[in-house]
Amino acid sequence: MRKLVIAISMLALAASAAFADPILDRQALMKERGKIVGGLSKVIKGEEPFDAAAVLTALQALQVNAEKFDVDALFPAGSDKGDTTASPKIWEDMVGFKAVEDKYLADVKAAAAAAPADVDTLKTQFGTIASNCGTCHQTYRVKKS
Amino acid sequence: MPSLRKFVGALVVLGGVGAVAGWVLSAPVKLGPETLAKLGPGDVAKGKRIFYAGGCTSCHARPGSQGDARLELVGGLELKTPFGIFVPPNISQDAKDGIGAWSVEDLANAMLKGVSPSGEHFYPAFPYASYARMNPADIADLYAFLKTLPAVAGKAPDNSLSFPFSIRRGIGLWKLLYLSDRPVVAFPEGTPAPVMAGRYLAEGPGHCGECHTPRDFAGGTKKTEWLAGAVAAEGSGVVPNITSGDGGFGNWSEADIANYLETGFTPDFDSVGGAMVDVQRNMAELAPEDRAAIAAYLKAIPSHPNGYPARKPAAK
Repeated sequence: MRKLVIAISMLALAASAAFADPILDRQALMKERGKIVGGLSKVIKGEEPFDAAAVLTALQALQVNAEKFDVDALFPAGSDKGDTTASPKIWEDMVGFKAVEDKYLADVKAAAAAAPADVDTLKTQFGTIASNCGTCHQTYRVKKS
Repeated sequence: MPSLRKFVGALVVLGGVGAVAGWVLSAPVKLGPETLAKLGPGDVAKGKRIFYAGGCTSCHARPGSQGDARLELVGGLELKTPFGIFVPPNISQDAKDGIGAWSVEDLANAMLKGVSPSGEHFYPAFPYASYARMNPADIADLYAFLKTLPAVAGKAPDNSLSFPFSIRRGIGLWKLLYLSDRPVVAFPEGTPAPVMAGRYLAEGPGHCGECHTPRDFAGGTKKTEWLAGAVAAEGSGVVPNITSGDGGFGNWSEADIANYLETGFTPDFDSVGGAMVDVQRNMAELAPEDRAAIAAYLKAIPSHPNGYPARKPAAK
């Protein structure tokens, strides 16, 4: 019986390790983030008409995505190794990294709460949000290929 | 024995001749009067464009500066390279610590010849190997614009280089190999004007090749792999291949490139990162036609496969 319990718990452990790959998880979140930002950018560039409801939906999706970005869970110690472009600086400066992520979340939340009614308002909010992308990738990402 | 003595004697003589020749060849050379005559009066508005095309603030602003603080060119960034640590100096208008006392001729000699007002070589971490391709009139315009920026006191720390790179005079020999005002990519007669304008911006002030081109053993850019991407000379990781070759960005349109330089977003909405973040912020200050010209040039240059080794598969 004891052996069985141990076997099961070991299996469960192995399974959770296999499924919860933080590198894949955070990459999926970043991909989704890029998709939503891309959609909003089309509106800003006038390639798609401004539709207040659609824009709000996109901003809310961006907020949900940002809230899912749990740094502790997605960037555990040791996840700097493997197929990742995360810079070692993340783990050297966790506080700084979290601060950038927090500012991004705050900017997204503010934009979603404000529910922009015209493209010019959206433009300003989008600019604020987008400036965080470069700021974070400047320090905390390393291009490898 | 006499023959050995002769041999040693010959070696000493040869060594002596070599040393003299090396000393003569490595002497700093300033601009001639015919180039200085082309400087012209200088125009602040035009100089602003050159300032952002040249990316002066990326290296010379205080590290981490945002907004207007990026116009305080006090220096102090540390560029950690295999040769040692280069520290861009104060180029603000402070007369003592910066370049406030420089003449326009001094700036032209620095940017086009890599020679300081006191006649010493600058290290090519200051990308004069690219700036050497610039028109003298643009240097005068830049000079006029720099004059409008604040004077900030404070000396940046000295470079910290390993031997033999610590010997400045050796740069004279490096210049014989790599310093030229000739364009890198030759285009035939009748090439569209934007491509030619883009070549000037990218190869000259924009100094794209300094990071995006692999370097040879002596630290010169390999013109046969121009803009093919490289292992980062400073920091870690790689700098992307910006030709249309294998691994490059052949699938980007000219509009994609221009948009990236303006907004920092790739066609699939990844964002600009690393040292390119500051570059892109500078490029965003340029006129749309300048960004379009750089894009046209990049689509017109020869394609090369990646100039850096393939990434090793992750150890699992």
